[in-house]
Amino acid sequence: MLNPDSVGRTFAGAESVTVSQSEIDAFCAVISEGDTTVAPPTFSIRITLEQSQEILSNPEIGLDWSRVVHGDQRFEIKRPIVAGDTFKCSSTIESYKVAAGNEIVTVRSDLHSIDELVVSTWSTLVVRA
Amino acid sequence: MILVGTKLEEQVFYIDRAMLKAYADASGDQNPIHQNEEFAVSVGLPNVIAHGMLTMALVGKFVTDWAGGSPAVKEFSGRFVKPVIVPANQRVDLTVSAVVTEVVGDRITIDLKATSAGVKVLGMSKAVVVK
Repeated sequence: MLNPDSVGRTFAGAESVTVSQSEIDAFCAVISEGDTTVAPPTFSIRITLEQSQEILSNPEIGLDWSRVVHGDQRFEIKRPIVAGDTFKCSSTIESYKVAAGNEIVTVRSDLHSIDELVVSTWSTLVVRA
Repeated sequence: MILVGTKLEEQVFYIDRAMLKAYADASGDQNPIHQNEEFAVSVGLPNVIAHGMLTMALVGKFVTDWAGGSPAVKEFSGRFVKPVIVPANQRVDLTVSAVVTEVVGDRITIDLKATSAGVKVLGMSKAVVVK
C-alpha cells in the first residue's frame, strides 16, 4: 500500500536527463514518423515513467510496481522536445484512492529545461489487487 | 475553416511482436507482459499485450499527420480501457478515427477513438492541436 503521507508531495529527480537524436530516431522509427527534427507528442513518457517508477518504488512510498497497470495518460506540451534538451523532472503524487482493492495513483511529472516548463504529464497507475 | 463535427478519415495501423520489441527499446519499458507470452499468461492476461503507450504513440501519429506535424499538438490524453492483444506471428489492427468537437481560434479539439479486433482499446481520448 502507498504511504498516505506521500500524497501531495513533489519529488525532484536526482539527475538531469539529456535527450539524444538517436533516442528520438528510435521512437519515430517505431511509429513510422518521418520528421525526426522534433520528438513525437508522447516521447516524454520515456523520461517520466521511469522517473515515476523510481519514486513510487522507494520503500518509503511503498508502491508495488510489479502489479502496476497504466490506467490513463495526459500530456500538456508547451513546445516539442528536441535533441540536446536537458531536463530536470519533478513528480507529484496528486491523488490516491483504493477502489475494489485496487490502488489508483495519479502522478504528475513536469519536465523543465533550465527554467522553461516544456511538458507536463499525468499518469494514472492502477496497482491491481 | 474546420467545423465542429468534421470527421477525420479513419486510419489503420498494424501491431506485431517485432513492433512491441522496438517500442520497448525506444521507450525503455521492458515489462515482460509486452514481450513474453508465458509471463503474460502467468499474470492472468490472455496473451502478450501491447504497451498502452504504444497505442497512444500510434494514435498520436494519426493526430500529427492530420495536424501537420508534432509541433501542432498541445494536449493529448486517453484512457486504456482494454488491452491490445498481440498473438505470436500475427499482426493486429489498431483502427483510429476522430471527430472535431471544438474550434476556438486556431485551437482545435478532436475526440479520438481506437479499436483493435473490433474492441475499443482507447477511451476518453482527446487532442488539442493548433492548425
